[in-house]
Amino acid sequence: MTVYLLRRILQSLMVLLAMSVIVFVGVYAIGDPVEILISPDADQMERERAIAALGLDLPLWQQYLVFLQNALRGDLGRSFVFNEPALQLILNRMPATLELAFGAMFLSVLIGLPLGLYAGLKPESIGSRVIMAGSILGFSLPTFWVGLMLIMVFAVQLGWLPSSGRGETVQILGLHWSFLTANGWSHLAMPAFNLALFKISLVIRLTRSGVREAMLMDYVKFARAKGLSPARVTFVHVFKNILIPVVTVVGLELGSTIAFSVVTETVFAWPGMGKLIIDSINVLDRPVIVAYLMVIVLMFITINLIVDILYSVLDPRVRLESKA
Amino acid sequence: MAINTRGRKLAAGAVMGAAMALAAHGAQAQNLNMAVGAPVTSLDPHYHQLSPNNAAAGMIFDRLINTDGDARMQPGLAESWRAIEPNVWEFRLRRGVTFHNGNPFTAEDVAFTFQRVPNVPNSPSSFAAFVRPITNVEIVDSHTLRITTQNPSPLLPQDMTNIFILDRETHENATTEQFNSGQAAIGTGPFRVVSHTMGDRIEFARNDSYFGTRPAWATVNYRMITNGGARTAALLSGDVDFIDQVPTPDLARVRADRRLAVSEKVGLRLIFLGLDHLREDASPFITDNNGQPIARNPLRDLRVRQALSIAIDRPAIANRVMEGSATPSAQFLPPGVFSHIPNYAPPAPDAARARALLAEAGFPEGFRITLHGPNNRYPNDGRIVQAVGQMWTRIGVRTTVEAQPWTTFVGRAGRQEFSAFLIGWGSNPEGSHPVRNILATANRDRGWGASNRGRYSNPEVDRRLEAALVEIDDARREAILQEAQRIALDDVGIIPLHIQTNIWAMRNTLQHEARADELTRAQDVRPR
Repeated sequence: MTVYLLRRILQSLMVLLAMSVIVFVGVYAIGDPVEILISPDADQMERERAIAALGLDLPLWQQYLVFLQNALRGDLGRSFVFNEPALQLILNRMPATLELAFGAMFLSVLIGLPLGLYAGLKPESIGSRVIMAGSILGFSLPTFWVGLMLIMVFAVQLGWLPSSGRGETVQILGLHWSFLTANGWSHLAMPAFNLALFKISLVIRLTRSGVREAMLMDYVKFARAKGLSPARVTFVHVFKNILIPVVTVVGLELGSTIAFSVVTETVFAWPGMGKLIIDSINVLDRPVIVAYLMVIVLMFITINLIVDILYSVLDPRVRLESKA
Repeated sequence: MAINTRGRKLAAGAVMGAAMALAAHGAQAQNLNMAVGAPVTSLDPHYHQLSPNNAAAGMIFDRLINTDGDARMQPGLAESWRAIEPNVWEFRLRRGVTFHNGNPFTAEDVAFTFQRVPNVPNSPSSFAAFVRPITNVEIVDSHTLRITTQNPSPLLPQDMTNIFILDRETHENATTEQFNSGQAAIGTGPFRVVSHTMGDRIEFARNDSYFGTRPAWATVNYRMITNGGARTAALLSGDVDFIDQVPTPDLARVRADRRLAVSEKVGLRLIFLGLDHLREDASPFITDNNGQPIARNPLRDLRVRQALSIAIDRPAIANRVMEGSATPSAQFLPPGVFSHIPNYAPPAPDAARARALLAEAGFPEGFRITLHGPNNRYPNDGRIVQAVGQMWTRIGVRTTVEAQPWTTFVGRAGRQEFSAFLIGWGSNPEGSHPVRNILATANRDRGWGASNRGRYSNPEVDRRLEAALVEIDDARREAILQEAQRIALDDVGIIPLHIQTNIWAMRNTLQHEARADELTRAQDVRPR
């Protein structure tokens, strides 16, 4: 286990290093941040001053070395736009995104699992067919459009829910959370559902195919032959076995939900990290882009690790040592 | 009897209910929820010279000279100003003004502000250029100030409309972060900052001791909703009462909605085409009809530039592509603004004459060109480029169109990589501003032509600009600047297309004093 963990950490460091190089070169190739940030009527002297102030007058490799030096001391640089530490900017936005992502994952399991189970147990019923057709829609409708439609129906036409923003927040441990107020929930409902739509469909399909496969297994037949109630067969024997793929996918999807909730955050003006990163890319705010990707890579690595560990808990046949 | 009592109770209840509803309405009417399209990146008024930041700063702070909706100078913290010598300006400051924390405003604070402006660490775009001409600031008494400049400086008052005044005592060592947290965001302006969540919202409360017109709102919730559709939806659903930058596709719907009202004003932003004047020989994106490079740059020929200009149907672009939210223009400034050239209208589109001019210039068969432009910077920028491409193709200049994100586009345009490109320019209400930045010969030491991306160069224009920059007499300066612009525009140094109209939308219970300078501020909004 220890060897396995060490190896994973070493791999992660390599990934981080490679990623930072790619971002540096990438941003450099796209364009010049000063051209974008500077006021159009700045004269040539002012432009030179700004380039020097942001440290962009050095050759790229030197800029990178400066960054590495500071990064080793835990300083990922200051945002060109906000003049605040990039990491702090991201961490300030994180609660909003985490709320949204966990809300979406919660919804996808809450809605997806029962529907998937039903569709798997009664594949021929009309209800199942409706569910499966609905899941195709969930897969294929673009998030952007669905978000706008939700706003049109529930905010503009019916006026039930607020169209955008985060609502009231409560401060805990220095961070702002909105899931503790009713107003916060009403703001969270639509964006979380919008983000969850794809995952719900995914969970439905995974669960359904898992159930259909498991129902044909010998252990299910045996359990039935033993005279166990259908409920016990379903919820104890079948359910446990279909959870492994679901856990894996939900875990991985959680990462991508946190990292790439950009579209939903933009449509609903949700002040999370996704909105920050898209704004930062638009103005080539390199320190924020680098720091954001670092945080995301770290997060993916951690989630993968947790999924692997959960695996071994759920399925005794999997042992982490054997991989190492 | 019994019935009567019950009736009275009911009536009393109804009155009370109505009174409560009114009170609730009153409380609501005291609060303004507004949403803007461009995020405010800092509350430090000297950190980043950017319109959204200036709008927010304009609610918190004041300048010596403020500007009204038509971009004309109005007394701010200075009650009056005059040039006592060609290079000395005297400002008489307003008495009895206090900052939000109760500190009195004096001449000391102005002197301090001038010192701070060029020394804000890590500023990506500072205000330093506005104070650079100043060589000495003399405090005559607590409310009189004499500012000496190196050369005669007619533009000093104009420069002062860009500098927000801070308090020496409060802001001596204030950092940008302290401003952003709201802690140091203390000014003399109509609103105090209550809280600020970066990139999301700013909450304001009225400054009851403001020296100017008392704002109508006790509290203001200033939200940033960058997505245009989401911003319109927020207005339609009643989440916000007021939005700026109404997206052109939503304009018809917003205008048709009786619950809503629209305010608009012709702005100061010209959308134009820049042309490659730099190269005598082959221009990078121009070829003959067989795809072979042309040895000489056709754009150096005035007749070709004229042909390209009169080929464009500007009213069609303004009416169809911009859905009416633009005015065709042949110059930088709209009518009524200092140094607008009277009776200088855009040419009527004339494809036949354009072809004749091309033939005269030696290109009877036309040539091929690529027109570049941004696709996420100005309203409908990508579509304007396409429209121009079709109009040019119609006169035989076969045009390929390439619209790209602003991040990539602006750097390439600045390195003179294009032959022809679409770009915009937001002018100060003074002709020297566009002439100096766009039309003057690029020169680092003078700070001229910094945004002259096509490298147009005309000594006649430069000579007049030089004279205008030291001409204290407004009438004479205006005449010189009109002449400088006319020379460059007759020479088709750039091809102007249209001036954008700034559009705001609100509930019909509100009214708004629209601003030419695009700034969206709560003090300009009042109940109808």
